[in-house]
Amino acid sequence: MAKVLMKGSEAIAEAALQAGCKAFFGYPITPQNQIPEYMSKRMPQIEGCSFIQAESEVAAINMVYGAAGAGARVMTSSSSPGVSLKQEGISYIACAELPCLVVNVMRSGPGLGGILPSQGDYFQAAKGGGHGDYHMIVLAPSSVQEAADMVMDGFDLADRYRTPVMILADGMIGQMMEPVEIRPRETKDLPEKTWAATGWDGHSRDRAIVTSLYISPESMTETSDRMKARYREIEEKEVQVQEYMTEDADYIIAAFGTIGRIARKAANEARAQGLKVGVIRPKTVWPFPYKTFEEAAKRVKGFLTVEMNHGQMLEDVKIGVAGQAPVEFLGTVGGNVPDTRAIVEAIRKMEAGSNG
Amino acid sequence: MGETVFKKTGMLTDAPLHYCPGCTHGIIHRLVAESIEELGAQDIAIGVAPVGCAAFAYDYFNCDMLAASHGRAPAVATGVKRVRPDNLVFSYQGDGDCASIGTAEIVHAAARGENITCIFVNNAIYGMTGGQMAPTSLVGQITTTSPYGRNPETQGHPVNVSEMLAQLDGPYYIERTSVHNVPNINKTKKAIKKALQYQLDGKGFSLIEVLSTCPTNWGMSPADALNWLEENMIRQFPLGVTKEGKS
Repeated sequence: MAKVLMKGSEAIAEAALQAGCKAFFGYPITPQNQIPEYMSKRMPQIEGCSFIQAESEVAAINMVYGAAGAGARVMTSSSSPGVSLKQEGISYIACAELPCLVVNVMRSGPGLGGILPSQGDYFQAAKGGGHGDYHMIVLAPSSVQEAADMVMDGFDLADRYRTPVMILADGMIGQMMEPVEIRPRETKDLPEKTWAATGWDGHSRDRAIVTSLYISPESMTETSDRMKARYREIEEKEVQVQEYMTEDADYIIAAFGTIGRIARKAANEARAQGLKVGVIRPKTVWPFPYKTFEEAAKRVKGFLTVEMNHGQMLEDVKIGVAGQAPVEFLGTVGGNVPDTRAIVEAIRKMEAGSNG
Repeated sequence: MGETVFKKTGMLTDAPLHYCPGCTHGIIHRLVAESIEELGAQDIAIGVAPVGCAAFAYDYFNCDMLAASHGRAPAVATGVKRVRPDNLVFSYQGDGDCASIGTAEIVHAAARGENITCIFVNNAIYGMTGGQMAPTSLVGQITTTSPYGRNPETQGHPVNVSEMLAQLDGPYYIERTSVHNVPNINKTKKAIKKALQYQLDGKGFSLIEVLSTCPTNWGMSPADALNWLEENMIRQFPLGVTKEGKS
């Protein structure tokens, strides 16, 4: 498929369809309505696909649980307040070890908040969100192309590790139009879904029981340990991070999602002014690239974490840096976007401080 | 060798039921299981268990099963059915699950006319959590959270699910039955089997509300509980078909 100009939301939806997504269950909320709208138009045209505008976010995520439990590729999408409503369901999906894709096009909050872009759901996404001891793989795109690619990767990762995967996008990704190529890939070596509830003939496999209820300490421990082992494997194999001009950098901007792009521009501007600045952009915010920060911290004078919130990924950056270098923060909220001048200015201040 | 006059259905596993003595869940499980077996649908059946006393239903129904979160069984069953339309999909819920926390899910599954079969077991109390007031508790009924008897002034009135859903255009078949004696057990079996057959025929949504007892939390002997059901519950929850066929 050639490059076409698409809105981020539509690119996410089309990529999901081309990745073999068979069912979409969602509930309207701004700023991601183009995803269900696109699905409602396309899915009836595709054999075996099902779209439901559910009665609530809660019902939608439980429909996802049902379809995933029956072995289908399935997704839902929402925005921050709606994703909060889905958290119980996501926790059940994680514990029942079901694969699915959840898209969060973040808007500002807390509460009903506003409809403008935000990165305020980092903690919720990267640290679990719902109750209990679990993680999701969380992919944070910085462009429409990357959003489409991450949707494709996301379904594969979900199937490989039997875990919910989240696309953590902000309102800008959802609404922005960019040239994008939907690039279906051949997926190899994905495990067969022998655990799925598809109807049982009594002998060819074990009876499928999709559940998150483990009433005995032994069975709960066994399940939880199996999940933990999977999370360790994911942390080892699936970290994705983009580094930009970090080799000779004195200062590093840490940013995820759309802000990663602004950070690159800020680094270019800073370099034009004689400051050696690079960027580390985690593409997976869970698993987080702690090692990249730990290594960089040995070479640089300081880090500036830039986010559209009051400082959430900041905590993970600090864990990675582990006190080896100062970590400063620049944040905006309420739908405001940090600009490159403010970022360069903040680094200039750090430089003045380290020389003074 | 004697002649076999009765055999336990293969649609139930050999796991010992955890239900309290005198509880009618066991009977209702058997009716659902026998109906599926008699329809020859065991290998295409997929069941959805609730949260509540029947949370472990997946240990008993001898088919592929999913355990839903509290109240969401109709949504989970919807998800299953939409991606596996050729399977026979049933949910099994109690009154707290179906008529309180899951009201939205049952109403909208019915409104969509989802081609699934919902078994709704109404015993007018929260059994699993120890006898609290249910949305279906009768006016005046004493429970651990209505110790002076359910007061409609402050605690509202019982929810009649079958009548409520019958108002919708979506559902195909809604009937309320009871298991307090043999004739009614037989009627319940017929209703459940018909509902499952309707699903196989692609007719759409059906719900069978089965009046049931909870001797433990009602504080009665099993025999007294059956009498209490007959004398008190049926007045609030009349038996019979509330909807059959398309509006």
